[in-house]
Amino acid sequence: MLTVRIIPCLDVRDGRVVKGVKFQGLRDAGDPAEQAALYEGQGADEITLLDVSATPEGRGAALETVARVREQLSVPLTVGGGVRGVGDAQALLSAGADKVGINTAAVENPELIVEMAERFGSQCTVLAIDAWKDDTGRFEVITHSGKKRTGIDAIEWARRAAILGAGEILLTSWDRDGTKSGYDLDLISRIAAAVEVPIIASGGAADASHMADAVKAGASAVLAASIFHYGEYTVARLKDELSGMGIEVRR
Amino acid sequence: MSQRRVVVVRTGTANLASVLAALKRLGAVARLTEERSDVERSDLLVLPGVGTLAAAMRKLSDDGLVLPLRERIARGKATLAICLGMQMLLEGSEESEGVEGLGALPGFAERFPEGLRVPQLGWNSIEADAGAKVLGTGYAYFANSYRLVDAPSGWTVAMADYGGKFVAGIEKGSVVACQFHPELSGAFGLDIIRRWMESC
Repeated sequence: MLTVRIIPCLDVRDGRVVKGVKFQGLRDAGDPAEQAALYEGQGADEITLLDVSATPEGRGAALETVARVREQLSVPLTVGGGVRGVGDAQALLSAGADKVGINTAAVENPELIVEMAERFGSQCTVLAIDAWKDDTGRFEVITHSGKKRTGIDAIEWARRAAILGAGEILLTSWDRDGTKSGYDLDLISRIAAAVEVPIIASGGAADASHMADAVKAGASAVLAASIFHYGEYTVARLKDELSGMGIEVRR
Repeated sequence: MSQRRVVVVRTGTANLASVLAALKRLGAVARLTEERSDVERSDLLVLPGVGTLAAAMRKLSDDGLVLPLRERIARGKATLAICLGMQMLLEGSEESEGVEGLGALPGFAERFPEGLRVPQLGWNSIEADAGAKVLGTGYAYFANSYRLVDAPSGWTVAMADYGGKFVAGIEKGSVVACQFHPELSGAFGLDIIRRWMESC
């Protein structure tokens, strides 16, 4: 049986983990390769690395980071953040990413999804959608790290992206992100009904019950950052709790 | 184990970095190749693959590797085919109709049935036949939309279930094919690659 994936997410800027916090047994809390290896050791099913660098130098550092993480890691690595075209994706894959996430560039040029899927396969093409619920209750796609509203309906965008070739949707609820109030289950269930590709739920997780709820709403995987980084949960403990709730996980 | 030398066939856009990194972690010396002589002579050969069967077969054909690979597998020389690499060993796939695979294994890959999340992305449990020397029983990482349903006779198999049973891996001597990614399947996957390297 296919298990639910638990995916710790590392935000990396200029080659260093942002919000990195000290762990036991970690020499350097800001080192992405060490932190990724630690999570793998705890049972992480996959690692997502989000490059939040704002400069070309930072982007160069990200490639080196991906290569160093790859050397250590024996589980899948998804990398996203600032991917503008097929060339950026190729560079990340060559450095050691297994999947590449695209977001703003795909909204601006949906053809990028087609190009990525044709060149690397759908299973490598992850569409990241940042969405928020507007005053009317509609889910709207936002881009540029939440700075720009697009007017695009998130459900429609997910449906279209899957047709164009996206093999997975990394779905972040922008109004839940960082709130610890749980994933946006309405958003997850509506997108899960609209597409057949797997959905990774992101934004708002504080505990195992939030994750179990996301899975029941239709998510195939759950992503979280702060609960792991701040040591509130190890991946292993999270999996124990999820298993106790009847969610199938790899242990 | 003495240091093993492994060649990895460059099958177009396959993500080779993870395969190379896994081999390196196991202490092997790995290099990429598109050369016929490597396919014919090297002791250990990995046939990786992601993307479509049509694109991968075209690349092999352009490089003149189709016949050497067929012969290599027929002779039972140590070969590890991964993901699309396994589907390349078949006669063909629903994904690329009209495109001939290597035909080293009987059968065609078919798309997963309706009503499932496709691609299958994630860790699924696989169960190997008792006689398996390389494959094992545990959790493996999959990233596929097509799969082989019926195990070919004469091969030792590992099966998994996603909307019904499918072939997760097969082996005969030192020829091993995995629908999953052993290079991304943690310690379980690394053990499979290690046993494969030690199988000859």
